[in-house]
Amino acid sequence: MRDRGVIYTGLLVFLGIITFPMWHDWAAGTTSRGPDPVLPAQEKQCVAPLSTMRTSHMQLLMDWRDGVVRRNVHTYTAFNGRNFNMSLTGTCLTGCHTNKADFCDRCHNYAGVAVYCWDCHVDPKLARRSAK
Amino acid sequence: MKISRKDFLRLSGLSLLAVVGKKAIGALAGKGAQSAAALPAVRVTTRWAMVIDPAKCLKEEGCTKCISACHKAHNVPTINDPRHEVKWIWKEPFENAFASQESAYTEAALQGKPVMVFCNHCDNPPCVRVCPTQATWKREDGIVMMDWHRCIGCRYCMAACPYGSRSFNWFDPRPYISELNPDYPTRTKGVVEKCTFCEERLAKGQAPLCVEACPEKALVFGNLADPKSEVRRLLDARFSIRRKPELGTHPEVFYLV
Ligand code: HEC
Ligand code: HEC
Repeated sequence: MRDRGVIYTGLLVFLGIITFPMWHDWAAGTTSRGPDPVLPAQEKQCVAPLSTMRTSHMQLLMDWRDGVVRRNVHTYTAFNGRNFNMSLTGTCLTGCHTNKADFCDRCHNYAGVAVYCWDCHVDPKLARRSAK
Repeated sequence: MKISRKDFLRLSGLSLLAVVGKKAIGALAGKGAQSAAALPAVRVTTRWAMVIDPAKCLKEEGCTKCISACHKAHNVPTINDPRHEVKWIWKEPFENAFASQESAYTEAALQGKPVMVFCNHCDNPPCVRVCPTQATWKREDGIVMMDWHRCIGCRYCMAACPYGSRSFNWFDPRPYISELNPDYPTRTKGVVEKCTFCEERLAKGQAPLCVEACPEKALVFGNLADPKSEVRRLLDARFSIRRKPELGTHPEVFYLV
C-alpha cells in the first residue's frame, strides 16, 4: 500500500470540490432563507387579501394603471369596502410601504424580478433625500 | 309540365324585380338604422378648452410663473440644448405662433412678443391618428391624453403635430430635474411627452396649474359645451384666433385679440 498518501490526498481534493458550493455560500454570507420583506407598521390589511397580493399584485397594479390613465377611474373599492386612491406612489408607497427598499425591493431582488416602474414612478423617500 | 316561352320570360322578369327590390329596401332600411344609432354619440356634455388673453399675459414682462408651476409639478426636465429640450408650456414669438397671421405690417405691439403655447388638444388631432399603439388618444371630454406606459417612442405623433407640442426624451430626464415631485411620475428615455390639461387635477375638480399660477388671470379654462361657462362668455363677446386653423385640426386653445 505505497499509494495510500496519494489516494487520501485525492479523496480530500474530491470532497473539497464537491462541497465547494457550501464553502462558497458560507464565505459570501448567503443563506437559503426567504426574502423576509418588512411589513408596514401603520396598516394591518392590504387592499386585497394576502394570498391575492402574493400571486397577483402586479396584475392589480396594472389594472390601477389602466383605470387611472385610460378610463379616468381613480377610486378602488377594496374587498372589505374601504376606498383607495389608485396611485402607486401616493397610496402604496406613501400610505403603507414607506420602506420600499425593505419590502418590494427585497422580494424582487430575491426573485430576480426587474421592476421597470421605478424608472418613472418615484420612491418618495429617495425624492426627499435628493431634495436635501 | 310544359312551360311556354312567354311564361318563362315573365317569371324570370318577376324574380329579377323581387331580388332588386329586396336589395333596395335593405339598403334604405340599413342606412336609416345607422344614422339613428349615430345620433346619441354626437351629444357632448364636456369639452375642455382654454382661452388666452395675450394682452393680459404681456402685462408682466418676463413672467414665467405658469411655466415653472407646470414644469415643477410634472417633473419636466430643464435641458438647455434646443435639440433635446422637453417642454409642456412655453413662449413662442407671435409671428412663429401665428405664422399665417403674420404680415410685413403685423402690429408693432405684437411683433416679436411672446405668446404662451402648449398642446392645443385638437378636436381632430393628427397625432392620435398616427399613433400605432394608441398611447395617445382623444378622451370623451376632448383632452388629448398620453399613456406613457404604452408609448414606444416612435415619434410619429411628433411628426404629425403641426404645433411642435410634443417633446422626446433623448436621455434619462431625472438628472435634469432639480427637485423631484414624488406625486407625479417622471418619464424615461425613449418616451414622448406633452401637456395633458392637468387631467390629474381635473379628476380632483381643480383647474390646470398654469391657470392657477397666472397673476393676471390671462388663461381661462372651462367647458365649451356649457353655454354659460366663462370660456363661452369670452368667446361670444370677443374676437379670437387659433393657431393654424387652416389645417383642419380644430385647436381648442383660443387667443383673444
Ligand atoms: C415611462 C414612464 C412610466 C413607467 C415606466 C411606468 N409609469 Fe405608471 N405612470 C406614468 C405617468 C407619467 C403616470 C401619470 C399619468 C397621469 O396621471 O396623467 C403614471 C400613472 C400610473 C398609475 C396611476 C396613478 C399613480 O400616480 O400611480 C399607476 C397605478 C401606474 N402608473 C402604475 C405603473 C406600473 C405598475 C408600472 C410598472 C409596471 C408603471 N406604472 C410604469 C409613467 C410611467
Ligand atoms: C413576497 C414577494 C414580493 C413582494 C413583497 C413584492 N413583490 Fe412585486 N413581484 C414579486 C414577484 C415574484 C414578481 C414576478 C412575478 C412574475 O413575473 O410572474 C413581482 C412582480 C411585480 C411587478 C410586475 C413587474 C413586471 O415587469 O411585470 C410589479 C409592478 C410589482 N411586482 C410591484 C410591486 C410593488 C410596488 C411592491 C411593493 C409595494 C411589490 N411588488 C412587492 C414578488 C413580490
